[in-house]
Amino acid sequence: MNALAALMIRDMRLAVRLGGGALIGILFFLIVVTLVPFAIGPDLALLKRIGPAILWIGALLASLLALDRLIAADHEDGSLDLILTARVPLELTVAAKAIAHWLTTGLPLVVAAPLLGLLLNLDPKASGAVALTLLAGTPALTFIGLIGAALTVALRRGGLLLAVLVLPLTIPVLIFGVAASNAAIVGPLPFGTPFMILCALTLMTLVIGPFAAAVALRHGLE
Amino acid sequence: MALIDLANPSRFLALAGRILPWLTAATLLAFAFGLSQAVIAPDDYQQGATAKIMFIHVPAAWLGMFIWALMSVAALGTLVWRHPLADVAAKTAAPIGAAFTLQCLITGSLWGRPMWGTYWVWDGRLTSVLVLFLMYLGVIALWRTIEEPSRAARAAAVLTLVGAINLPIIKFSVDWWSTLHQPASVLRLGGPTIHPSILLPLIAMAIAFLLLFVTLHLAAMRNEIMRRRVRTLLMMQADAAAGR
Repeated sequence: MNALAALMIRDMRLAVRLGGGALIGILFFLIVVTLVPFAIGPDLALLKRIGPAILWIGALLASLLALDRLIAADHEDGSLDLILTARVPLELTVAAKAIAHWLTTGLPLVVAAPLLGLLLNLDPKASGAVALTLLAGTPALTFIGLIGAALTVALRRGGLLLAVLVLPLTIPVLIFGVAASNAAIVGPLPFGTPFMILCALTLMTLVIGPFAAAVALRHGLE
Repeated sequence: MALIDLANPSRFLALAGRILPWLTAATLLAFAFGLSQAVIAPDDYQQGATAKIMFIHVPAAWLGMFIWALMSVAALGTLVWRHPLADVAAKTAAPIGAAFTLQCLITGSLWGRPMWGTYWVWDGRLTSVLVLFLMYLGVIALWRTIEEPSRAARAAAVLTLVGAINLPIIKFSVDWWSTLHQPASVLRLGGPTIHPSILLPLIAMAIAFLLLFVTLHLAAMRNEIMRRRVRTLLMMQADAAAGR
């Protein structure tokens, strides 16, 4: 347990101190949200209607961009070899790394979402709903991304491949995240139904992600 | 010969060489029968002759899903027993599966143009087949990116199994999503039963497609094994030239 806590603290320190940390993710999120009105026009009614979808797509892309540092950085400086030979089960280690990664990249996006909602003419209730669905859904994005990051860790140009592998798997999360947000804003569905499924998806990826990533790392690096 | 002997690549090569001509002949016969049945099958009372595209559309869709299942079994073989033949089976099945899935998409959109008035609708089935196609391409990309065959095999096996778990979930979510967005605007095939005059050619074509897949897959596996042998020989030659 101590080793896991130490690893998480180390990962979070590295994330905060190197390369702008969480702020870069939020900045990217902000830029994506800023670009959308240029593409579709500054129609506030339209923006309000598709606001949750824009926020979700922005968060999805922002969390995707950070993934290539999740394991690759440890591979480059050799600490991944230490992690692989450590006595702590690899499944737990990669899960701890993913949680640290989510705390430093996913959680800031959740916090920023209501602010960006203002730009998209979302009322407070709608912004709250989007933030809540992001809170429930972004861990799933990180844990799905964990699999992709583990598969592509040793590749020289893994970034684009990582996106190609991971994005199809995130479709259910996107569907239920946006559906739950819309349900809270316009109905007609109750918010609970898609939100519960979103939570179920997150819990499932919490189980599948670390196991698949550990298998991929063990086989990929020997 | 016991089934376990097939696990030896040399025995597999010998057997594949012996049965491939027979399989090819059987495939040709099955297609001759299936296509002729499809041509003489009655036209649909609403769609006319256009509905006949079903006879190549539906078997391709079935095979697209079946081949992913087959790849998952091969992936288990790769991860659990580390068997090179399982690697070869998984690697060679992926492009064939992608081709059948693409065929399903293309024939589907050609069928959709006269029936729905558009090449593409974001219907649940179409969308999930599109996602299946994207996942096939992802697996192929992973195979191509990792140079060393056995490492590529294990990475692709992990991805295949993750895909096998996720594909039903994606299918379910996409169906849920499409019913939410467009209630019952899309024409559904058949209804409760399909008339035997349509069902018989369909099954005949499905068998023909399955035979085609088995033939193509065996031939591709044979080629892949030979390709690996050539690679090994070249590396040995390079080693000898380097004086090691």
